[in-house]
Amino acid sequence: MISYVTRRLALSLLSLLGVSIIAFTLTRVIPSDPADMWMGPHATVEQIERARIELGLDKPIPVQYGLYVAGFLRGDWGTSIVTKQPVLRDLGTYLPASIELILVGMIIAFAVGIPLGILSAAKCGTSIDHASRLLSITGVALPSFWLAMLLQLVLGKMLGLFPLSGRLDFTMEILHAPHRLTGSYLVDAVFTANWPVLRDALWHIALPAVTLAMYPLGLSTRLIRTTLLEVLGEDYIRTARASGMRESKVLAVYALRNAVGPVLTVGALTFGYSLVSTFLIESLFAWPGLGRYAAKAIVSVDYPAIMGVTLLVAATYVILNLVVDLVQAFMDPRIRLS
Amino acid sequence: MWRRLREAARRAKRNPLTVVGLLMVALVIVLAIFAPWIAPHPRDIQVVHPNDLFRPPSLEHLFGTDEMGRDILSRVIFGTRISLRIGTLVVVLALAIGLPLGIIAGTFGGLLDEILMRVTDIFLSFPPLLLAMAISAALGPRLENAMIAIAIAWWPWYARLIRSEAVSIRERAYVEAARAVGTSWPRILLRHVLPNCLAPVIVQASMDFGSVILTSASLSFLGLGAQPPTPEWGLMITVGRTFFLTHWWIVTFPGLAILLAVLAFNLTGDGLREILDPKAKRW
Repeated sequence: MISYVTRRLALSLLSLLGVSIIAFTLTRVIPSDPADMWMGPHATVEQIERARIELGLDKPIPVQYGLYVAGFLRGDWGTSIVTKQPVLRDLGTYLPASIELILVGMIIAFAVGIPLGILSAAKCGTSIDHASRLLSITGVALPSFWLAMLLQLVLGKMLGLFPLSGRLDFTMEILHAPHRLTGSYLVDAVFTANWPVLRDALWHIALPAVTLAMYPLGLSTRLIRTTLLEVLGEDYIRTARASGMRESKVLAVYALRNAVGPVLTVGALTFGYSLVSTFLIESLFAWPGLGRYAAKAIVSVDYPAIMGVTLLVAATYVILNLVVDLVQAFMDPRIRLS
Repeated sequence: MWRRLREAARRAKRNPLTVVGLLMVALVIVLAIFAPWIAPHPRDIQVVHPNDLFRPPSLEHLFGTDEMGRDILSRVIFGTRISLRIGTLVVVLALAIGLPLGIIAGTFGGLLDEILMRVTDIFLSFPPLLLAMAISAALGPRLENAMIAIAIAWWPWYARLIRSEAVSIRERAYVEAARAVGTSWPRILLRHVLPNCLAPVIVQASMDFGSVILTSASLSFLGLGAQPPTPEWGLMITVGRTFFLTHWWIVTFPGLAILLAVLAFNLTGDGLREILDPKAKRW
């Protein structure tokens, strides 16, 4: 176990190091004039000259990389050109709203996807199975930004069931101002027993969360189905069936246990993917999160902000994968011994 | 040969979704090749009509017209050319990097293999769309740059896939036999290892065709891919987002085109997996 953990930790550190090298290459080496990029499209010649010295572009490349990493470790992630704030502080401001959105989306995805995957495996080859397969493939193929607009159009504008955008109603924000504890309106509303805000926040999060849920929903349905079908072919399942165990018990006790690992993996994977999907849909829903910040940064060529978001998401992704691998190794001796 | 084809056709028939996928792919290809003849208003790729802005769908314009009075159906049809070109170029480019590296690392192992694994680890530390986004942001917003960026984000997946295939093929008796009779390494790689790891590569490539189209549409939506007036589906949605609440047809049809094209390649890839890899029959 210890050797597995050490190896896995070392590999993750190596990945993070590599991520920083790629980010460095993208900010300092590829752009024809990094100082130009750094200052944005409307900089004067003097500003660019000053930026060149500030960025240390006159120093050799390895020294530049060292300074770059040292800056990141000190928490100096540069200053956003759009907001004029330190990038790290911006990320802290916008991240909670995105995490709230992604978690609600993943809850929806797993609440639908896991039962659907089980059903699909239990009824393999039937029309139910075909339908759920089509749904899971569609979920993965849907352009999220397009789905977002369709939901806004049909459920928001035409049927008037959900608000088009925002996290809270304007009047609600004034009448029942939410206290900021965690940055998640849902959690904060529960803690402060602010029920009108909770209701309104759920109302507002529904459409963006459903949009984000489609990809993990498709992936989890599919993965649960394949895993179960694989497991159901194993000898110990045949033994359980042969000894007269009811099919529902075979599924619930013996087969499903094997699906925990894949669900964890898909959770970590899709959390990372959903973070990127927020870039596409948060602006549409005027959701004040990381994604809207990133999309705005891309449009206005706000280089420090783009790289800050990229590093944050990649690091989150690496760390989540590490955690999932360790949890799985802890639960399943077959992994840590192989 | 015929028996294998018949067997494949039989298996394909058992899964109606595969047939649907193949037909849809065929349709996309036909539309792309004959776009100038099929599109009702082929000149609308360039020409604007100030008197026909925002016309809702009608017999004259089945998908309506956009904010410049251009026929949306024609632009969607021409969009198949762009999406197919993006899919082909990116997959070929990613394979051109990943295939040789994977096959050499997998067959010979050793230090080279270790280095390849660590380098791909790093690339796989990014969700592909994120890496493609960061690279194309650095290269500048052009469709060509977006394609290069996606290929750079994609090659490690091929390298890993082909490596793992090559590792298992390396141990096979026919490779041993070829080596024993003194066959040269380049010949072993080309004649024995490569053909035997192609099946999963073909499956993966056809699935990736869909993902690449979706990724490039997403990049265009973020303003990083195609630029106006290219009839690229993602870009058409970006431009239409300002008007979609009042003019639903502007974003609906290009989005539907993306969904159906991606679906077509995913269903085909899924079906191919069943046909080419009988072990995974259940899928």
